Amino acid sequence: MKKLRVLLITILIGLVTSSLAQVTVRVGLGADPDILDPDLGRTLVGRIVFASLCDKLFEITPDLQVVPQLATGYQVSEDGLTLTIRIRQGVVFHDGTPLNAEAVKFNLERSLNLPGSLRRSEIQQISSVEAIDNYTVQLNLSEPFAPLIAQLADRAGMMISPTAAKTLGEQFGANPVCAGPFRFVSRVALDRIVLERFTDYWDAERIKIDRVVFLPIPDASVRLVNLRAGDLDLIEGVATTDLNLVRADPNLELVSSPSLAYQGMTINLANPAPRDHPLATDVRVREALDLSLDRNAINQVVFDGQFLAGNQPHPPTSPWYIADYPMVARDVERSKALLAEAGHTRVAFELMVVNNPVAIRVGEVIQIMAAEAGFDISLRPTEFVTALDLQTQGTYDVFQVGWSGRIDPDGNIHQFHTCEGTFNFTGYCDDIVTQLLNEARTTSDPTERLALYREAALRFLPNRHIIYLYHPQLFFAHTNRLRGFEAYPDGLIRFQGVTLN
Amino acid sequence: MTSTVQGQVRRSWPLRNRAIRRFVANPSSIVGLALVMIFVLVAIFAPQLAPHSPASANFLAVRQAPSTEHLLGTDEIGRDVLSRVLHGARVSLMAGVIAVLIALVLGVPLGLVSGYYGGRLDELIMRFTDALLAFPFLILAVAFTAALGPSLLNAMIAIGIASAPTFIRLTRGQVLAVRAEDYVQSAKALGAGDLRILTHHVLPNSLAPILVQATLTIAGAIIAESSLSFLGLGVQPPTPSWGGMLNTAQGFIVQAPWMAVWPGLSIFVTVLAFNLFGDGLRDALDPRES
Amino acid sequence: MLLFIVQRLLATIPTLLFATLMVFAIQRLLPGDPALALVGEERDPQVIAFIREKYRLDDPLPVQYLAWMWQLLHGNLGESIRTRQPVTQLILEKLPVTVQLAVWSMLVALVIAIPAGVIAAVRKNSLADHLSTFAALSGLSIPNFWLGIMLILLLAVHWQLLPASGYVSLFEDPVESLRRMIMPAFVLGTGLAAVLMRQMRSAMLEVLRQDYVRTAKAKGVRGTVIVVRHAMRNALIPVVTIIGLQMGALLSGAVLTEQVFAIPGFGRMIVDAVFNRDYAVVQGVVLFTATAYIAINFLVDILYALINPKIQVGR
Repeated sequence: MKKLRVLLITILIGLVTSSLAQVTVRVGLGADPDILDPDLGRTLVGRIVFASLCDKLFEITPDLQVVPQLATGYQVSEDGLTLTIRIRQGVVFHDGTPLNAEAVKFNLERSLNLPGSLRRSEIQQISSVEAIDNYTVQLNLSEPFAPLIAQLADRAGMMISPTAAKTLGEQFGANPVCAGPFRFVSRVALDRIVLERFTDYWDAERIKIDRVVFLPIPDASVRLVNLRAGDLDLIEGVATTDLNLVRADPNLELVSSPSLAYQGMTINLANPAPRDHPLATDVRVREALDLSLDRNAINQVVFDGQFLAGNQPHPPTSPWYIADYPMVARDVERSKALLAEAGHTRVAFELMVVNNPVAIRVGEVIQIMAAEAGFDISLRPTEFVTALDLQTQGTYDVFQVGWSGRIDPDGNIHQFHTCEGTFNFTGYCDDIVTQLLNEARTTSDPTERLALYREAALRFLPNRHIIYLYHPQLFFAHTNRLRGFEAYPDGLIRFQGVTLN
Repeated sequence: MTSTVQGQVRRSWPLRNRAIRRFVANPSSIVGLALVMIFVLVAIFAPQLAPHSPASANFLAVRQAPSTEHLLGTDEIGRDVLSRVLHGARVSLMAGVIAVLIALVLGVPLGLVSGYYGGRLDELIMRFTDALLAFPFLILAVAFTAALGPSLLNAMIAIGIASAPTFIRLTRGQVLAVRAEDYVQSAKALGAGDLRILTHHVLPNSLAPILVQATLTIAGAIIAESSLSFLGLGVQPPTPSWGGMLNTAQGFIVQAPWMAVWPGLSIFVTVLAFNLFGDGLRDALDPRES
Repeated sequence: MLLFIVQRLLATIPTLLFATLMVFAIQRLLPGDPALALVGEERDPQVIAFIREKYRLDDPLPVQYLAWMWQLLHGNLGESIRTRQPVTQLILEKLPVTVQLAVWSMLVALVIAIPAGVIAAVRKNSLADHLSTFAALSGLSIPNFWLGIMLILLLAVHWQLLPASGYVSLFEDPVESLRRMIMPAFVLGTGLAAVLMRQMRSAMLEVLRQDYVRTAKAKGVRGTVIVVRHAMRNALIPVVTIIGLQMGALLSGAVLTEQVFAIPGFGRMIVDAVFNRDYAVVQGVVLFTATAYIAINFLVDILYALINPKIQVGR
């Protein structure tokens, strides 16, 4: 009898202590997320938090295929104007509200109609949403729009609890209620965001973590120091110059992935009116600038060779990369010849760069390289918001800027190279290219789309109003007690299948 | 020739010599003066002194430790640290001098007017000065520089404005002490205009402490400029500035520690020099405080 | 006495008004459209218009100023444009962090400065005096962010004795908290120590010259007793008032120290807000700082008058 009692007590203690031993993963982020409302958020780090907090209709795989998450499947009508989405059954939000067609309808309408919604422009082709039955919604589009599914695999497709949204109103962003693997616990601005496991998550078996704490630490070296010291378990944004430190540390693991982003130089041709500058008027001068640069050297000097050199919106490894427009090696002689042909010995211009150390470093390297071919570049480090302003107004010669990248190629090309594109700050306008790009977004057939993008690219790439330079890679580092972490090209952190000892 | 509570009374020639003698007798003042002169010379002759151009980068020699080729090592894109440190002196010198000039141009006239005329005007200027002083110096400078846009010029303006209150108060104090003196009263009685009195009698006799403060403010301005550059708000790269170099060096503290040592050391020595010099001036001009 | 207090109180009002005008003006001078800072990459014109309206960015400046003042008088410092969090809440969250840092720095400064100042004064012109003075000048001259980086290099990277950065609240984990506070407190404290030491020294010298001290000496009271019992206590008065007035310098130093050691405090928040064009936060925080400083000044004035009634007379 006594032995039984001892056994029972031991089991009890074991159960109690093991349930008390919460598995907490502490994640170091590169910035403090902004408002935690999927319709109002605009930062990448915000999306990282959303990845654990809010599930979406669709998800992506590491090779950028769209797969179901809260949706189970979809159908596009022949004419491309109707999109029918089937919704997963048995899903509840963190507050117990069930996910159904009405909830999805509420969410999509909120994304479209909430004053100040940043998702509206992403899904504006949706003219109305209907709940066909309890688990089916129908989206009626004003025009065919192939990238829509990809948009629903991001913030626009994140589902929030209608009950919470209605009750909390403007305060929702401070107390988000979604349907993701973790629920919101607390937040201290500039300090931490705490999430804990949602026991009724529809995919609960794959979640082996009890708590996630996000800690914004803007300085990359400080993040790494904290990781090495054991104060963090996982960090994003490891500086390329720190990679060797991580590789040399036996307690850490480095995980990398190509990203969707690109960086390049945007040249002002005609914003707001045709400009008188040699770079704006003569494509040979732009080609000379392109040829004066050694992309691999930039990668080597600034990024220790860890990024990927490129010359198109998509990296050379992407299925959307146009093989008939490969990268060309640096050729200073040819560059000088082109300049001479265009009637110049030296061309001077101002290169506006964002006011952060890495961007400035790239600018300095460009400055030195291009000088050899005859370009006198003066750097103009400008604070980010101001720079965007100046870019919109056209008060710049060349702007060294990039784009975070979208899953769908349309997101990386259309708005930049069509005549009326919202991100067309160069003033470039080629009606044929515009027509091709418009067509490419209406058809869902990948082969057809690739052919259209190729035809358009072979027209806009040689014009070099955007000189694409490189593609940042994503580098995560974590303690080797963490297992199962996989880096996705969108830079988000997903905890499905992740364990921590 | 008695010293009054706050300021100096009119000096005559023998006293000036005495001040010089006191200055020379103090070893730290001499050290300060010598270092200041070295700093100024380095700033002026940096292009001649530097072994390399501060802008030329050797992409194959990125972040190299000190060697015979690069006595203080190379930085994050392969530029010579020594040359950049030497050129950084120019920025610091400009920042120090111009910021102080701005502070003087703003502060001294306001202080003169405030102290001389008194009354409502004085109250107004004093409240305004108090308001300026209520903001922590760096925060005011950060706010101004951010508002005007990050650049060396705007940083100097911001520091100048933030330093002006000290001169307003100091000048005002001097004026208050001096305006009751006999020679000022007699000049007034003789019918001299206010402007003449201010410029010919009041100002010259208030100069000594202003000069001392100016020297000490140069020291403060140099630190302020490097702080702003450290935060990313002052001198913009690729122009070499000590604060900016420290900002970059922070990211490479493990891989290339030499990038952080020398710019900071330069700031330290230069500022110390001005502080020693200023203190020495003060001791020489006001023997009461010893 | 009461009249004096009321007088001083009234005198603070125009100062406060000027302060609010300055804060408002600086923020509105910031180039770059703040609405653009808040919209996503997509730049939806509808969203931009909505934000401009919500934050009254298109109203004429005097109207914006008055609206802001009205809010202020109701105790509402606005909300962060970025996270929609009330600025008052942000301040309440971040202030304790910087206060912890400030208190530790103050302790470090006092521990260094008071003995140093006393010794320097008592042994005037000796080697100890010269060394202390030199050390004080060095403390004033050394850029605190460089000192911080050097300490990190030595103590955290090279010898791995202390964590390089970060913050843990004292109430959460005292040991970790202290470990992380040592370097930042030392860095911030040395600048303050330099100022205090010189003040202590000159105050002590002043006091030691006084008649009552000489009388005590003549009476045969031992040196140390004189120093500790009589001189120090009186010399401390001006030093203590200086401490209150050094709050501004402490906060300036904190901005840099928090940057170097990645401490999520007040100073860091201001710098972040400036870079993010978060108008409301910059305005609220800077104004709060100025008001606090004016209040401290006011209290110090009163205290000093209480201690030394002679001051009340006059302006």
